[in-house]
Amino acid sequence: MSIAIAVGMLTAAAVYLFMQRGMVRIVLGFVLASHAANLLLFAAGNTAYRGVPYIFTSEYGEGGDPLPQAFVLTAIVIAFSITMFMVTLAITTTGDDDTEDEEESPAKVLTAADTNDVTSAKVDTSSTGAVAAGTGGADASPESPVHDFEPTESDVAGLDDDVAEAPNADSFGDETPTAETENETPKDGGEK
Amino acid sequence: MEEILPPLLPLLVGIPLLMGALGAALRKSKRARHIISLGTLSALLAFSILLVIATHDGTVLAHRVGFWDFAPQIAIPFVVDALNSLVLMIICILGITSVMFAMATHEARARFYHPFVLILMAGVAGALMTGDIFNLFVFIEVMLLPSYGLLAMMGAKLGAHGARIYVSVNLLASTLLLFGIGLVYATAGTVNLAELHGRAAEDPAIAVGAAVVLTAISIKAAVVPVHGWLTRTYPMTSPAVTALFSGIHTKVSIYAIYRIYSVMFDGDDRFLWIALLVTSLTMLIGVLGAIGEKTTRSILVFHMISQIGYILIGVGLFTGLGLTAGIFYLLHHMIVKASLFLSTGAIEETYGTGEIDKLGGMAKREPLIAATFMIAALSLAGLPPFSGFVAKFSIIQATLEQAHYWVAAVAVLVSVFTLLSMLKIWVGVFMGKPPEDLEDRALSYQERMHGKRYLRVQAQAENPTLTIGPPTATMSAVLSGERAVKVPMKLIIPGAILAAITVFFGLGAELLMMLSETAAENLLNPQDYVEAVINS
Repeated sequence: MSIAIAVGMLTAAAVYLFMQRGMVRIVLGFVLASHAANLLLFAAGNTAYRGVPYIFTSEYGEGGDPLPQAFVLTAIVIAFSITMFMVTLAITTTGDDDTEDEEESPAKVLTAADTNDVTSAKVDTSSTGAVAAGTGGADASPESPVHDFEPTESDVAGLDDDVAEAPNADSFGDETPTAETENETPKDGGEK
Repeated sequence: MEEILPPLLPLLVGIPLLMGALGAALRKSKRARHIISLGTLSALLAFSILLVIATHDGTVLAHRVGFWDFAPQIAIPFVVDALNSLVLMIICILGITSVMFAMATHEARARFYHPFVLILMAGVAGALMTGDIFNLFVFIEVMLLPSYGLLAMMGAKLGAHGARIYVSVNLLASTLLLFGIGLVYATAGTVNLAELHGRAAEDPAIAVGAAVVLTAISIKAAVVPVHGWLTRTYPMTSPAVTALFSGIHTKVSIYAIYRIYSVMFDGDDRFLWIALLVTSLTMLIGVLGAIGEKTTRSILVFHMISQIGYILIGVGLFTGLGLTAGIFYLLHHMIVKASLFLSTGAIEETYGTGEIDKLGGMAKREPLIAATFMIAALSLAGLPPFSGFVAKFSIIQATLEQAHYWVAAVAVLVSVFTLLSMLKIWVGVFMGKPPEDLEDRALSYQERMHGKRYLRVQAQAENPTLTIGPPTATMSAVLSGERAVKVPMKLIIPGAILAAITVFFGLGAELLMMLSETAAENLLNPQDYVEAVINS
């Protein structure tokens, strides 16, 4: 019964948070919702085998069922990783929906804090991998929005390279065209 | 064959995962990543063709992962029958073609592109094969996580953003799926599909849990009224990624709907009217939504929703003919839709826009793309001799057989609208006069995406006298001379391969129809599925 009440309250709170504008609140809503789902799974394991209606399998034993706990463990890992990704999206992207006023969005607030020193706001794309690479987090600054792909001075200079590379190549990984062609030619030359 | 294949099934998940990790580890070499990606996808394709051959007579292959002999009900079963081996085969074809396209547009150069695609394929293979609904949830998440990355990565590259909506909606659906699985486990005491056989039809409590599961999967399949996320996110990424996603995510969900309804509900006909109502609405609203759209891709995405309605008619009828037609439609649709996304995507990648008003005269400029688009568009609308005709004809025949005249009427009406929409793209993009600033925009887009060097090579190849100055001078030089912008062959080929397949499926429909019929029989009689799992 207490689990049922907890699931109900968590779900209600989660739905309330989903209704808010603002990505961080929505993320918190998802945290609560996944807790509710996990508690439900727990309830499924512990009470279903103790003479609760719908099922007649009490001969399975008195103890709690370990399988739902394994489910919960898996679900926690998945929910945690997606939550992290959503928090990253909350910070690095703006303007893809109307969840929030521009001024209040974490992206705005965070970048505004870095106005004095834009270079220090740069994230190490090589270590943060796809997330930072995808959202252009490296180029976040209040004047040029995070997704601004207008080539900067240094990009334009780099374009006259011998390799036809996207101007934003640096945000896709940490490979430098020249180093790569040098490394690659002897190794993979014959494979194609 | 039946002894050797089942223990190999986990490889379909394991190999792409491993290769994805290897690809991510190879930081320096783009070419090595390309080779790994295409090689793995080709190996998967070969394996899935082998599975199609092994299951074409209705055989069900099952394997208990980990050989749990003392507690067989705990082991996760991997099950392959005609339906999922066919879907897997088509998905591998789509994977290869979209990766080819992405390599042509240079977006596959991104360090994580190939690893993401391979991990996505691992999740897809797992989600298709698993015989356990909790495991289905896990594999759907494995499939979605790299998709989030791909969508955000390519969306950001184009300055378009759909990742927030995509992640939020999918996480909501996943949480709902988890609730449903919890309810099923609480009431039935198992999440193994084979052990759940027919239970939802007998016990209303289990049916409620299963209904929550089906609702959650329907959100992921973008069935009306929970389709809004699809149209707001799929156009917000690169065409290669849209083509890949169009054939994978919603289709795996549709497969799951077919499978769960077949096994858990045993095709119970008390609930079929819900499915028919929902599919009719999906067909109608999807096609009507396309009318107001202005870019090729958003039109095509709305059509995708309408086609999902057609595919789900199969499960709504749950007769032999209905399921056969539905499965045939599913396979046909995956190919045709991806072909359309790739052919219009080739134009979009070259000319920098998918907006119909800003394009024109492509039939003269790009006859190959025009032919590819025409074939796929006519196939989508359901004209002979392409696969779409066979698919639509058999779907409508199946609805008439069950005397659901209103569903048949909606299906015919929607095909007319589909044809109209395809004509709208045809007239807007391929006919008429190209707008004045077409080349201008194309050039500035090429410059932005690929750098000046790429442009210079392309422009000089066609016009050797060209000298490169500042951007405006470049453009005027190109504009005054011969045309410099043309869709490169490597962007045309992937879409053309898929268009060729739809012709093949149209002219040689007998073969695919036969396979779909076997798959439908497996769905109609899930006993074989259940026995294969229990005896594995």
